[in-house]
Amino acid sequence: MAIFKEFSKQKRDRSVADRQRHKELVKDKIKKGISDVIANESIIGQSKDKKIKVPIRGLKEYRFVYGSNKGKGVAQGTGKEQKGQVIQDQSGQPQKGKGKGEAGEDAGEDIYETEISLEEAVELMFEDLELPDMDQKKYFQSETEVLRKLVGYQKKGIRARLSKRKTMMNRIKRMKAKGIDSTELKQSEETFPFHNDDLVYRRLQVDIEEHSNAVILCLMDTSGSMDQTKKYLARSFYFMLYTFLQSRYENTEIVFIAHHTEAKEVTEDEFFHKGESGGTKISSAYIKALDIIEDRYNPALWNIYAFHCSDGDNFASDNKLAIESAEKLTQVCNLFGYGEIKPDMGYSWSTMLDEFKKIEEENFVCLRMRSKESVWPALKKFLNKDRSNTMMD
Amino acid sequence: MDWSLDDLARWNDKIEEIAQECGLDYYPQEFEVCDYHDMIGYQSYVGMPSRYPHWSFGKSFEKQNTLYKMGAQGLAYEMVINSDPCLAYLMIDNPLSMQILVMAHVYGHNDFFKNNINFSHTRPEFVLENFKLHADRIRSYIETPSIGYKGVERILDAAHAISFHVDRNQRIVRLSEQEQRSHYYGALNKDKTYWDELKIKEEDEEFIPSLSEDLILFLIENSRFLEDWEKDILNIVREETLYFLPQMETKIMNEGWASFWHYTILHKLKLPPAMHVDFIRSHNQVIRPHVGGLNPYHIGFNIMAHLAGKKDMFEYEINPQIFDVREVDRDVSFLRRFLTRELMEELGLFEYQRNNGRISVSNISDDMKGWKEVRDTLIAQTGTGSIPIIKVKGIAPLNNTLQLVHEFDGRELELGYVHKTMQHIGTLWSDFPVKLETNVEGNKVICTYQKGEFTVETDSE
Repeated sequence: MAIFKEFSKQKRDRSVADRQRHKELVKDKIKKGISDVIANESIIGQSKDKKIKVPIRGLKEYRFVYGSNKGKGVAQGTGKEQKGQVIQDQSGQPQKGKGKGEAGEDAGEDIYETEISLEEAVELMFEDLELPDMDQKKYFQSETEVLRKLVGYQKKGIRARLSKRKTMMNRIKRMKAKGIDSTELKQSEETFPFHNDDLVYRRLQVDIEEHSNAVILCLMDTSGSMDQTKKYLARSFYFMLYTFLQSRYENTEIVFIAHHTEAKEVTEDEFFHKGESGGTKISSAYIKALDIIEDRYNPALWNIYAFHCSDGDNFASDNKLAIESAEKLTQVCNLFGYGEIKPDMGYSWSTMLDEFKKIEEENFVCLRMRSKESVWPALKKFLNKDRSNTMMD
Repeated sequence: MDWSLDDLARWNDKIEEIAQECGLDYYPQEFEVCDYHDMIGYQSYVGMPSRYPHWSFGKSFEKQNTLYKMGAQGLAYEMVINSDPCLAYLMIDNPLSMQILVMAHVYGHNDFFKNNINFSHTRPEFVLENFKLHADRIRSYIETPSIGYKGVERILDAAHAISFHVDRNQRIVRLSEQEQRSHYYGALNKDKTYWDELKIKEEDEEFIPSLSEDLILFLIENSRFLEDWEKDILNIVREETLYFLPQMETKIMNEGWASFWHYTILHKLKLPPAMHVDFIRSHNQVIRPHVGGLNPYHIGFNIMAHLAGKKDMFEYEINPQIFDVREVDRDVSFLRRFLTRELMEELGLFEYQRNNGRISVSNISDDMKGWKEVRDTLIAQTGTGSIPIIKVKGIAPLNNTLQLVHEFDGRELELGYVHKTMQHIGTLWSDFPVKLETNVEGNKVICTYQKGEFTVETDSE
C-alpha cells in the first residue's frame, strides 16, 4: 500500500551552492599556501612546467579524533591470519623513498599536497594582482618567433590544425558530385559520413611577433650587516617579482647588482650566495644601475623595473648622493622600489626610509619587510602602487 | 528500465503481505524514484529532503561523485530515512530484481526504526518538517544583514567540530547536580545514626558530581557572550546530532536486521528463476566480508541469522527472540551478548596493532583467550565508540577558563586535530581560554588554547 513517487525529469541540483562554497574555500587554501612555496623555490631558470608541491591545509572538518599511528582495531580477514603476522609495514618507508609523493607526516593526513606546475601556481598567486601602473613601451618592441601565419592548406597534418571549414566544403562537394540532396538526406535514415580524403589541414609558417621587453634590475646590499635571514627575504622577493613579470612579458631580462661600498654586476649565484663584508654606499649601486641602463637598456625600448634591498645601514655621508641618484633612476624606470629588510623589531636607527621619503616621484615605492610572511604583501604593495609614497609595515 | 511503477507497486504488495505475516511492524512507506545524481545529492545531506546550507555537504557531494565516477565506490544501494511515513529512495537505473530486494530491505529498516528503543526520542513524525524548519531558520540568519553568510558559517564550522559531543545515550536519564548530591548522601546514610547527620559537612569534600558529556548544551547554557542566534544554531546542530546518533549506534544491527528480512522475504516471494539468480548475486554482493575492513551488513546479517536459527534450508521456524533483540539492543550490547567465539571465527575477525605504519595481527578469534580481546576491541570501535569522550569539568572562575577532560581509555588523541578543534571551541567560548586534560605517551597533559595560542604542558599535579 506504499506510495510511489515517479521520477521527475526536472533537473535538480540542490548541492550546487554548497559545492560552490567548498570550491571557493579550497582555492583560498591553495592561494594561501602558494606564496610560501614560491618563496622557497630557487630563483631563476625554473621552467614553467616544473611541478611544485603546494601543501594545502586541506578542508578538514576538525573534531576530536583518536591518533592513527598507534592503537588497535578489528578487521575481517580470510580466517588464516596468524598471531604476530605483519600485515603492512610502512615504518621504514619515509627514509627510503624520500619525498616521493609523501604527504606531511605529522598530524596524520592533516596536510595533503597537490602538485601543480609553476605556471599554474603563479597564475593563482597573481590572480588578484593588477598590472603595475605603467605603460608598455609604444615605440619599439622586440621580436619573437611564433608559428602562426597561414600560408595554405595541405592534405596531411596534425589534428589541431584541421581546417573544419575546408573539410566541410570538401564533403559537400563530394555529396553534390554524387547527386545527393542534403534536405532529403536529413529526412532519410541514411548518413553521408566524412571521408579521409575530405580532411584538410592548415599549413603554417613561422611569423614574427612583436613584444615589449622588460628588464629587472635587482640591487642588493651585500655588506657585512646583511646576514642570511635578510638575504633570504630579499631572494624570495626577487623570485616572486621575476616570476610575475615573466608571466606578463615574453622577454624578461634580469640584471643582478651587488654592492657594499662598490657596486658590480654579478651572476645569480654570486648574487645570493656570496657574502661580502664592509661598509655600505647605496649610491654606488644606483650609479652602476644607471650606467647599465645607459649601455644596454634604452628606456624608450625597455620596461625597466629596479628594486633595491638593503638593511638601510648606509654611510651618512653617502645619503645625499644616494637620493640624487635614486631620483635619476626613477626618471628612467617604470618603477623603482626600495625595500628595507629589518627582521628585528627593536633595531630602528640608521634607516634609509626617512631619507627616501624626500623623493616625491610617483613611481617610487618604499617598503619594509620584517619576516617571510611580509614578503608577499610587500610585493603586492609594490605592484599595486598608489599615487603617493607607500610605507609598508 | 525493465519495470514500471505499476510493477513496483505489485511487487510491493506481495512484499508487504509477507512482511506482515512474519510479524514486521512498520510505518507507512513511501518510495521516491531518483537518478544517480539525485542519489549522491541525498546522500551528501544524509537523505534529508531539506537541510541547511554548509560547505561540508558540498565537499561530501564532490567526494562521493568523484569516487563513484572513478569506479572506486558503488552507490549506496538503498537510502532510508527514519521518518513517519518512512521515506526511501529507489535508483532509476537498477533492474527490477534489485528494486524488489531494496524494497524488502527497506521494510526491515522501517520496522527497526519504529521498534528499536534507541529511536524512541527521535520523533519521526516531525523529522522532515523539523529539518526544513532548521534550514529555514539558518537561511533567515544568513539573510540578516548583521549576520550574513560568513557569520553563520563561522558558528556552523565550530558547531560541527563538536557536534558529536552531546549525551550519547538518550535513554540514560541525567541527574542534575542537586539530584546527584541527594542520591549520594542517600546512599551514604542508609543506616543513618544521629552522628552521621553531624558528619555530612565534613564529607561534602568527597562528593564529586559526575561530569556532563553534553558540551554543546553546556556552551548554550553557560556561554555569556553568545548571541541568541548563535545559540540557536548550536541548538539546531545538537538536535540534528541527537536525531542521527541512534543510527550510528545501531548500524550493525539495523543493516543486519534489514538484510535478514530481505533475504527471508525474497525466499518466500517465489521469484521467477532468472530473477532469483540475480537476487542471490546481489545479496552476496552486499553480504560479503570486506577483507581488511568491516562490513556491517555481513556481521549483522550473520549474527541475526544465527539468532533466528537459520539453517541451510529455508523452511525453518524463526526464533521470536530476534524481535526482542531488535527492540532493546544497540550495537554495543548486541555484540557483547551475541557475538560468540564460533561466530567470530566464521566472520574471520582478528585484532591488529598499529605502530607507526607497521600493522601486525595481535589477536585472532580461534584463540581461547584472545577472542574476547578481539571482541572488546571491536566493541570499543563500534558506533560512537570511535569518538573520544570529552567531558565538561567546569569553568575556572577567575579567567573564565572552560575546563574539559578527555576520558582516557588507552587511545590517544591526534594533537593536530585537538588544536584545531579547540580553536573552534574557543570561537564558541568567546575567546576565553579553553583547557583540555588528556594523556600523551603515558603522561597526563593539559592542552590550552587561548587567542590563537595552543600549548601542551605536562600536568604537574
